[in-house]
Amino acid sequence: MNWRGKALRFCEVTGMPMLEPFVRLAAGEDPKEQLAGIAKYVLLPFVAVMIFLAMWSAAAKTIVTDSGQLPSPTATWEAGKELIAMHRQQRSDDAAKKQEKLMSAVQFMADGKALERRATTANEADKATLLSNALVLKKKAVQAANYKPTSAPTFVDQIYTSLKTVFFGFILATVIAVPVGVLCGMSPWFNAAMTPFIQIFKPVSPLAWLPLAAVVIIWAYRNSQPGETFFDKAFLISAATVSLCSLWPTLVNTTLGVASVDKDYLNVARVLKLSWSQKLYKIILPASLPLMFAGLRISLGVGWMVLIAADMLAQNPGLGKFVWDEFQNGSSLTYARIAFSVIVIGVIGLVLDRTMICLRNLVSFGNSAAA
Amino acid sequence: MFFRGHRLLHAQLLCLATLTLFAGCSSNEITLDDLEAAAAKLDKANEENAAAGGEEIPSPTGEVAKTDTAVREMLNVEKPNLKFGFIKLTDCAPLVIAKEKGFFEDEGLSVEIEAQSNWKILLDRVIDGQLDGAHMLAGQPIGATIGIGTESPIITAYSLDYNGNGITVSNEIWGKMQENDPELKKPQPKHPISAASLKPIVDDYKREGKDFNMGMVFPVSTHNYEIRYWLAASGIHPGFYNEQNIQGTVDADVILSVTPPPQMPSTLEAGTILGYCVGEPWNQKAVVDGIGVPVTTNYDIWKNNPEKVFGVADQWNEKYPNTHIAVVKALIRAGKWLDEKDGTGKLINREEACQILSKKDYVGADVDVIDNSMTGTFVFQKTDVRPMPEFNVFFDNQASFPHYSDCVWFLTQMRRWGQITESKPASWYAETAKKIYKPEIYRTASAMLIAEGKVSKDEFPSADYDGYRPVTNEFIDGNAYDGRDPIGYINSFTIGNKEDSTLSKQ
Repeated sequence: MNWRGKALRFCEVTGMPMLEPFVRLAAGEDPKEQLAGIAKYVLLPFVAVMIFLAMWSAAAKTIVTDSGQLPSPTATWEAGKELIAMHRQQRSDDAAKKQEKLMSAVQFMADGKALERRATTANEADKATLLSNALVLKKKAVQAANYKPTSAPTFVDQIYTSLKTVFFGFILATVIAVPVGVLCGMSPWFNAAMTPFIQIFKPVSPLAWLPLAAVVIIWAYRNSQPGETFFDKAFLISAATVSLCSLWPTLVNTTLGVASVDKDYLNVARVLKLSWSQKLYKIILPASLPLMFAGLRISLGVGWMVLIAADMLAQNPGLGKFVWDEFQNGSSLTYARIAFSVIVIGVIGLVLDRTMICLRNLVSFGNSAAA
Repeated sequence: MFFRGHRLLHAQLLCLATLTLFAGCSSNEITLDDLEAAAAKLDKANEENAAAGGEEIPSPTGEVAKTDTAVREMLNVEKPNLKFGFIKLTDCAPLVIAKEKGFFEDEGLSVEIEAQSNWKILLDRVIDGQLDGAHMLAGQPIGATIGIGTESPIITAYSLDYNGNGITVSNEIWGKMQENDPELKKPQPKHPISAASLKPIVDDYKREGKDFNMGMVFPVSTHNYEIRYWLAASGIHPGFYNEQNIQGTVDADVILSVTPPPQMPSTLEAGTILGYCVGEPWNQKAVVDGIGVPVTTNYDIWKNNPEKVFGVADQWNEKYPNTHIAVVKALIRAGKWLDEKDGTGKLINREEACQILSKKDYVGADVDVIDNSMTGTFVFQKTDVRPMPEFNVFFDNQASFPHYSDCVWFLTQMRRWGQITESKPASWYAETAKKIYKPEIYRTASAMLIAEGKVSKDEFPSADYDGYRPVTNEFIDGNAYDGRDPIGYINSFTIGNKEDSTLSKQ
């Protein structure tokens, strides 16, 4: 396999056909054909985006109500730049504050010591007070030295929070859905037992799960104080909601993948007298991987979509809360910021989806169109 | 921090100390020992400086009692890192100001304040401990303690403000009200505007079998009782609550429903509701956007009525009593700062407060919307802009003191509309108020501030004050309220539940 073959394979696996014409062009293949490819995969989308932006600009000029207007692309871009700038500003402010707190910690310490010195010469009545105050000052010093910034999360912080939540929820869902799916696929009896649950719970809207997830998690955490636990309640509630919604595509697809393993393979297993675990690991799982990953891809997409909605409803930290808070602000910048968030959410969704396609292609034994 | 003299040298010394502080730090938690070492370094530097002929560097914190000052007990705060919830309304100002102006920090607290989407979530989070405390509707601690909705004891030791709400109707309804009362057609109609001109409109809706919907923000909110008071004062029945009907729509002429404050203008614009009662900036927003007309403010419905409080869970207070006192201290200073006036009686800090509140993580609305009401003017219509210096009172007239009589007023209204389903003797009202309102905590905090010289004694009620404000008839219907006679007060209304008068003796 020369470099050209490798590059083409790379384009195929990563699901980026727009790079293919460039590779072929570099390899000296028919330029005419490649230019057509470039036109199709690069120029045409670019033109389409331009047309969309023009239409958006025009719409922004006309859609104006009393309480707000549709933001133009430039306003959105400005709002985005401002949000990033705000994030940077906040970071440097926090750092400055931390420095200041450290200084005051040292000062508190010195003051505490000064009080202790005074206590040695003070009368009996004052002595106890002075010493206890010195202790309080020392405590304040330790508190100030370990100061954690209390600024509200910025836009960038919220993106991180959302990504953490969605991956945690998604992994949770995968850990549940894959084994159950494999069992359903292998045993028609088990599948029959599971069918009612799958059929009933699959169509339920994520937001209906949210209060129930909240009740369970708050019950589980009833004896603990906030800050003592490894996970925040709010984080777990969002993650659980994501799990409950992104379970089903993986489960159904895994079941299908396992159930539709080629009979010839299973017969081979029988001939070779493979044990149950060998059959599972050597034949069934590898053969059902492509479908399983197709399910995971849908799950992640659903999870991301659900998370934003769950954050909005439950006011848990994340992009959804950012959008909702902005909507509640009702200021002149609100809609531009929301539009920017929408684009960011979309881009993140796209990146997640592409990542899953890439993973699926890697396990598809060269047949990327299998699922 | 104020460096008095030697600023440069001092800062250098501190920098030196803090840098060396980190050098020996193995973990990321800084311990007392690390600090001891750093302080020792600082002392040494100080001594060397003194030996070299410099004078002793004064302490910037001012915490060190010099030999000539009295020895005072300091607060030992149990929980320095706190998280408070708030709803995006201008009356959360004391919390925001206490944070932004460093009053919390002066008490050794580092506080995060987080916007919540609605009152229910805010209350639930205070109950389950996700929030340490919150900006609450005055009725929320009362409702939660006596079990209207979620039952869990919540207390308050600090009243955030008086007044600050308005009742707004849509342009269409305002037009019809003007038809019914020519007085309202003037560019500056006579205030207060009662609901008398609204009654024929509501009656028409009833005849046609259509619901007349209005919005308020929460079943136990000030807004609910105010809009009911305003409607009932003109003979419009806002509906009773009972055990089966928790929407409060029994016999109702007007259907009241819950809408979160920030969504009020858009819900009005969408036509889902025809009017609403809400806090600022959401009445002014309706005027600015031209989608509705504020007809009255709660200052006219009841002059200097309690609006929001700072509520914490009873358990939280038992666990962290000193922290609670420290928080109340910071809030008192914030309230005082907000009501600071110059010689002419002009509020001097409100402009700055509006700038702070308009940040996106606080109220977030545009400055010009917020500062209408905050700077003491209220826009009813473009032609009718009135000075209302007391539209928002945070501290003056003992606005921040938790008066028992304020608690009792809410209890009487809860009984009047049937949220409290059984008859209670007069003594129950006084006892319940004592359970929820905690002036003793407020007094501890204010005494400390007086001792520190940050406030003066005459800004607070006298020591023999029993928590019941004087009898007042400054209500829109002129009905007098005496907190010591709740039963008599409940029975004084034409529309509302009636009690057996023997209860007032018990």
